[in-house]
Amino acid sequence: MSDVTASHRWKIEKGLSGDFIFKAVTVLFAFSILVILMLMLYEMVSQSLPSLRKFGGHFITGMEWDAVQENFGALPFIYGSVVSSILALLLATPLAVGTALFITEIAPRRLGGFAASLVELLAAIPSVIYGLWGILIMTPWLQQTVQPLLQKYLGFLPFFDGPAYGVSMLAGVLILMIMVVPIITSITKEVLMAVPRSQREAAIALGATRWEMIRMAVLPYGKSGILGAVILGLGRAIGETMAVTMVIGNNPQISLSLFSPAYTMPSVIANEFAEASSPLHSAALMNIGLLLLVITLIINALARLLLWSMSRGAARGTKL
Amino acid sequence: MLKNVRKSLLALAIMAATAVAGQASAETLVNGAGATFPYPIYSKWFSEYAKVDPSVKFNYQSIGSGGGIKQITAQTVDFGASDKFLSDAELKAAPGKLIHIPTVMGAVVVIYNIPGVPKGLKLSSEDVADIFLGKITKWNDPKIANDNPGVKLPDQPIVVVHRSDGSGTTSIFTDYLSGVNADWKSKVGTGSSVKWPVGLGGKGNEGVAGQVKNTKYAIGYAELAYAFENKLTYATLKNRSGQFVEPSIKSTSAAAAAAAKQMPADYRISLVNQPGKEAYPIVGFTWLLVYEQQKDKAKGKKLVEFLEWSLHKGQKMASGLLYAPLPENVQKMVGKTIKTIKY
Repeated sequence: MSDVTASHRWKIEKGLSGDFIFKAVTVLFAFSILVILMLMLYEMVSQSLPSLRKFGGHFITGMEWDAVQENFGALPFIYGSVVSSILALLLATPLAVGTALFITEIAPRRLGGFAASLVELLAAIPSVIYGLWGILIMTPWLQQTVQPLLQKYLGFLPFFDGPAYGVSMLAGVLILMIMVVPIITSITKEVLMAVPRSQREAAIALGATRWEMIRMAVLPYGKSGILGAVILGLGRAIGETMAVTMVIGNNPQISLSLFSPAYTMPSVIANEFAEASSPLHSAALMNIGLLLLVITLIINALARLLLWSMSRGAARGTKL
Repeated sequence: MLKNVRKSLLALAIMAATAVAGQASAETLVNGAGATFPYPIYSKWFSEYAKVDPSVKFNYQSIGSGGGIKQITAQTVDFGASDKFLSDAELKAAPGKLIHIPTVMGAVVVIYNIPGVPKGLKLSSEDVADIFLGKITKWNDPKIANDNPGVKLPDQPIVVVHRSDGSGTTSIFTDYLSGVNADWKSKVGTGSSVKWPVGLGGKGNEGVAGQVKNTKYAIGYAELAYAFENKLTYATLKNRSGQFVEPSIKSTSAAAAAAAKQMPADYRISLVNQPGKEAYPIVGFTWLLVYEQQKDKAKGKKLVEFLEWSLHKGQKMASGLLYAPLPENVQKMVGKTIKTIKY
């Protein structure tokens, strides 16, 4: 009897120690990510100190970016990044959700699978290839065909004002849109596939048409997941460097017109860091990196908040 | 079976270890980093030099002049490379005395796209500056037209294209503009990235050239080698002596030859706007940066040997890659400077 309990306890202890090791390792791994983030934050703050000291809050509101006079303000870059990403998302989201719905709800299984693998292929193309395509094919097309048309019919709007260069905010938005569509599509597809069959069957049993079923049963169920996909797309859009740099025209200005060139935060870092020899210039670029990190954090926090309030709403909805 | 695998693995490991050790004892590795502009000629030199002296291996990372200056100052590399010379403050920041060794010269050409106008549009330097300042806005401006009798210039707005990435090409070009136009000097100044008054930014030579090619009535600038290789349409510029000079290897070298008289001992000189009838006005040295007192005797010796070689044999390869070789009088000066490196 005592023998049995002893071996039993031994077994438990062995199990515990295995658990303990596993726990310790995972905690260590999780913690290491935190440490890396902290180190990065510390390093970025300390490297951007000269700029933080000199410009302080003016760095965010300043419109000038002059490496010769060493006068740095980041507002045009913040504007460029935020506006191009948001516009790209506005265009990409309906397209991506539509594609995902086609794959999961409309298309025959084989065709859907084929379309899904095409989308994943798009996601795997390196961004510099998008950029090359953008500069060689898309911008001339924009310049010669799209922009003149927009100007002719919508030229009275301030958004389509000014000469058509091809490279522009519009080109940046379009290339970002093309780049985030595959991400949003593939995640949305997974989300929609996770919608239980019973939901769909229930809707159809109530006499819903296919569209009504999608609208009433599928989309509401996948709402928070789709929003998550959009947020991931935004993360990609705001951090995208290479392709945008190649088509956006790289001119730090704030203009309502989508035809005028703009500049984004990652682009200016990529463009100028290698040749920045003055300490203040490097610090200002590092400061932009820091701002980008902060903006990404804010966006993520807002998204979390949105998701949280949505899932609470959903929970309440089911209760009723 | 498993034992066999283990044995062969062990054998492999030993072989690998001895191979690495053997290599390390036979080869001296000299590391360098810096400018991207001279990278093609440097990599050619290093691969050719490997045939001359197989016991040394040069490793060069073209990370940009700014990076090269940072790394040689931090002593993480054995030599740096830069398209711009160091300021007094930057020299002071270095832990030892840094020497500038000019290796080759490059030139920047003004490229344009005006349908119906072939290469060789004549531009005075003052006008180039005014175009990039946004003061001259149309191609048929009388200032341009007066220099080009017989050329039909369109009544079209000029689209200015410049580099968006920090670059030695921009540094030389803005240095030139500062030299010819007081307004440019006070409003914009000289630098590898500046605050452009007008225009679109393209990334790299290819970005600017692509934009100019795609956009009618555009003007931009690119380095000479790139413009020649890609058969871009470039302008003939008026130099300081009032002559219109076509960009070429010869007119680039002529600028340095003209500057030889007032060449400072540390070679920290801008070669733009040199007097001399044949001198092309937008020219610059590119330099290697080495410490006068080498820390590692073996590496220092190899480095000096290489520099000697590059000054004589290496110079002959320059024009093949569309770099301008140093003129003879400058070569002699540099030869003496290399001898001052101690190891």
